[in-house]
Parts: sequence; C-alpha cells; structure tokens
Amino acid sequence: MPFYVSPEQVMKDKADYARKRISQIRSGVVMTCEAGILFVAPNPSRALRKFSEMYDRIAFAAVGRYNEFETLRKAGVRYADMTGFTYDRRDVTARGLADWYGQLLGSLFTDSPKPYEVEIVVAEVGKTTADDEIYRITFEGSVADEHDFVVVGGQADKVAAVLKERYSASMSLIEAMRLAIASLAGQGDGNSEPVTSGQLEVALLERSRPHRAFRRLTGARLDALLAGARPTGPAAAANGAAGASGPAAEEGGEGPAAGGSADGDSAPDGTPPNGSADGGSPQGGGDESGA
Amino acid sequence: MGGFEPGGFEPQARWQASAFLAPGSSSFADFLAMTAPELLPRATHHSGAMGASGHAANTEVAHGTTIVAAVCADGVVMAGDRRATAGNMISQRDIEKVFRGDEFSCVGIAGVAGIGVDLVRLFGVELEHYEKIEGRSLSLEGKANRLAGLVKSNLGAAMQGLVAVPLLAGYDEETGQGRIFSFDVAGGKYEEQRFATIGSGSVFARGALKKLYRDGMGKEDVVLVLMQALYDAADDDSATGGPDMSRRIYPVVATVTADGYERLSDEQSGRYAEAVVTERMRQPDGPPAPMQSAS
Repeated sequence: MPFYVSPEQVMKDKADYARKRISQIRSGVVMTCEAGILFVAPNPSRALRKFSEMYDRIAFAAVGRYNEFETLRKAGVRYADMTGFTYDRRDVTARGLADWYGQLLGSLFTDSPKPYEVEIVVAEVGKTTADDEIYRITFEGSVADEHDFVVVGGQADKVAAVLKERYSASMSLIEAMRLAIASLAGQGDGNSEPVTSGQLEVALLERSRPHRAFRRLTGARLDALLAGARPTGPAAAANGAAGASGPAAEEGGEGPAAGGSADGDSAPDGTPPNGSADGGSPQGGGDESGA
Repeated sequence: MGGFEPGGFEPQARWQASAFLAPGSSSFADFLAMTAPELLPRATHHSGAMGASGHAANTEVAHGTTIVAAVCADGVVMAGDRRATAGNMISQRDIEKVFRGDEFSCVGIAGVAGIGVDLVRLFGVELEHYEKIEGRSLSLEGKANRLAGLVKSNLGAAMQGLVAVPLLAGYDEETGQGRIFSFDVAGGKYEEQRFATIGSGSVFARGALKKLYRDGMGKEDVVLVLMQALYDAADDDSATGGPDMSRRIYPVVATVTADGYERLSDEQSGRYAEAVVTERMRQPDGPPAPMQSAS
C-alpha cells in the first residue's frame, strides 16, 4: 500500500543521510600559501587518491565515498578536457567547473534515491595568492566561493577553527604544511602524534610551475617537507620553502602506515562505514616535470 | 543537424551529465566519438563540400611539407621546416609542424595542415586525458597505437584527397632509448630505425641522412645533421622552405630525452641554421660523405 511522502520529507531524509555519512569522514584541508595551493588529508592509501589534477592550473579534492567521487572526478576531467578542446585551454576555469559540479550534484541529489556522500573542492592557482580561487561543492550541489582555506569532511568546524586562528596568506609552504598538520592532528580523538608521510596525502598546485601546476608530494620530498614542518624541528623556519624547489617527487619508499585510529576501517562487506574508504584516484601528472 | 530550435541542436547528447558520469574507457577520443563526434578531426562527412572535386580542394588548402627525425645517444630529435603551401603558392612562411605530444614524445605532421594540426591537438589531449584518468602515462607503444587509430579515423577524408600523416618520436622510459614511429593514412604504424623522414621533401632529406647520420651521435650532432637534411630537402623540393635568414625564420627543432621534451629556442635553432648556411656558401651541395676508393 503506497504511502504519500511529502517532498520536504524526502529531501530532509536524503540530506540527513548524506550529512550523517559525511560527518564520519576525516577532514582534509585545502589552503593557499606563497608556493601555491596546498592539499593535505589523512590517507593511508597510496593508490586511491583524494586529490588529483583537473587541468593546467586546476585541481580536484574530495572526501566521501571513493566510488562516488571517483566518478565525479573522471566526469570533471572529461568536462575540462572537452571544454578545453572545444574552445581553448585558457577557457577552462575553476569557476566553470565548480558551477558544473554544482549543477551535476544538485540534479543527482534531486533525482537519485540516494544522495552522493561526497564533499568536493575545485581550486585554481593564480599568479598571486589573491588570485587563487577555491570552491567547495557539497552533496546537494551548493557551491561556496571560499577564501584562503577550506576544510572538508566531518570535523570541518574543529579544523577550521585552528586554521582561522593561525592562517596568514603569506605563509611559506613549510609553514602552511605545519599549520595543516596541526589543524588536522586534533580531529576526532585528539591524537596528535607526529605524522609520517605514509599517513598523509599531500599535493600542491605550484604557483611557479608553468603549464601543468599540479604535483603530488610523496616519498623523499614529502619526508623533507614534514621534517621541516615539525613544530619542534630544528631550523624549521630557516628551511623556508626548500621543499618547493626540490627534486621531482618519488613514488613509494615507505611502507603502508596504519591509518589513524579515528578513521576506522572499511567494513568487511565493502561498505565504508566512515572515512577510511575515501581515497582519491590514482593520478599522475604530478610526477612529470612540467610543460 | 536539426537547426537551433530548443533541444534540437543535440545538446542532450553533447553535454548531458550522464555521458560524463558513465563508466567508459580512458580515451578522450572515444569519449568525443560518443558524445560529440563533430569535434573529431574528420574533415568532412559532407560529400558535397569536396567529394568530386577532391583534387581541386587538395591544392587550395595549406599543406605542410618536410619533417625529419633521428635517434641520438640520449633520446631523439625531430625537426621540421616552416613552409606551408597551397598549390603553387606559399601560404605560410612560419608555420609550426613539430609539436609536443606529452612530456616524453613529440609529433610532426606532413600533409593537409588543418587536419594535421587538429590531429596533433587531439593526440595531446588524448595523452593527458589518459594520464589524468589512469594516474600513469601511456607506454610509448601505446601512444603510437593511439596515434595510428586517430590517423585511421581520417581515412575517409584522406581518400578524398585530404591527407595528413604524423611522425611520432619519443623517449621510451622503459628502455631509456629514443624511438621513432611513422604512419600511413590507413593507420599503419611502422617503427623506424635510426631516422625517418616524411613529407614532400622527405626523399631528399632521407638521402642526406643516409650519408651524414652515424650511430651513437650526440644530440647536438644530430640536430646539425637534421638541419643539413632539411636544407637538402629545401634545395630540391619547392614545397619545403629553407632557413629564412632575412626574416630569421628557422626550422623548429625538438628534442626528447630523459629530461623530457624540449623545443630549441629560435636563437638556438638559428645558430645551427647559420652554421649550415655558412658552410653551404663554400660547398653548395653540403658536406661530402667519406668514401673508400675501389682499388
């Protein structure tokens, strides 16, 4: 016997469902600094990525269900490449992509019985920090134009509070990294042990890089950056932006670190109960040496 | 095409969200073929445009001419002259026919410039698209096969006279060597040993390369040899342009090594061109190859 369910109720249920799922995901940070736009998130996986290259100066970040945001990521790469091929490379913008994602997620939210459990960020690096653009798109398709930094995931408020207090646009890469780690460290369980490169996914839209700005920071390069960013690390400040011009990122090297205890593991049946199953896509480009 | 009435201009097919979200291959060209086939560089499906008059059309559009490439000790070098012709006219003096494919490959084109340039543009997006979707670059053979597929898709237009063929040179990261692939209009892919030439002046360039090229040559020497080969092509083929000293237009030279793709600056290229031209003032036919006497 069919029951009538009001549209309000349907929307509310869907939104509650998505919000609840997203609240269980560990947060990630996207912030602008002198060197470019820095992406940091806890992610023990070295194959399933949360951050990836969209276009020359544009990158994509997402948390949530991996299969869902991976679908969105591929769709965005297709959209960006198709727009660039139809018009010109300069005509692919973060604003256009963010808008498109907003419409896409909006219609998916309305039309599909289950909303996407994702939160995504589209960022474009500019000539100066003032030109950087960061957009955050939520599961129901609302687009927010963010400045300086944005936090996605379940602990967004907590993490953002730390950032708000200490952020400044003139930070070097190492300072930004230090702040990102500090802000992410306390989420969930208050566990603030020193992080290792195996627990983090880090990427940078590098301002000074011509053509394709996106690169992953992995291996030795990330270790060096983390060493410099450690709050008690000697000569941390003196290192300055040493990491910014280091050698190309190396893949691998460190063993898979156990994920933070706060993000729980995937349930055996494959349904990710919370954050740990969010990853990103395998993504290259960042390892290449520019145009 | 159904005209411009709302919904009639096939936006459904072209920018529909479901097409972007659909699981599919990592090929951009395949995606275009599905969603927006009109964007693919297949010159014409309308026989009226040039069907019967294929040859007339053939002489009216810009043609690129000679591309040469050779393997060097640490990679591969490619060079192309700067002339485009339309029939017996020079349609452009400074056209570029050697392009970056991706970080470890470059592509040169000969034939109908419009189709060739489009082909290369699509090929570039294709490589980058795969890299972004899959998180790794295509193997060099994969790139060559992909390019062969794109050339093959232009077969219809090629049969009507609008022929464009590429030459692919790349650095194979697995073997650490430079490799060269040539193609025919039917999509045939042929790996070339040592050096390869395509375009109207290719026969003369090949002759020069046979005499001047030596195995294991360094990058600088190979650039010079290719410059000599292009000079010989321009010397005997009216459609190939020699170094234009008065306008400072020199061949485009690209190198691909373990350090990636690099295009020589006009200044660098000009230095090689000047060396060749200066030498030809004394020896118009170029350096003679050493020969042992018969007795």
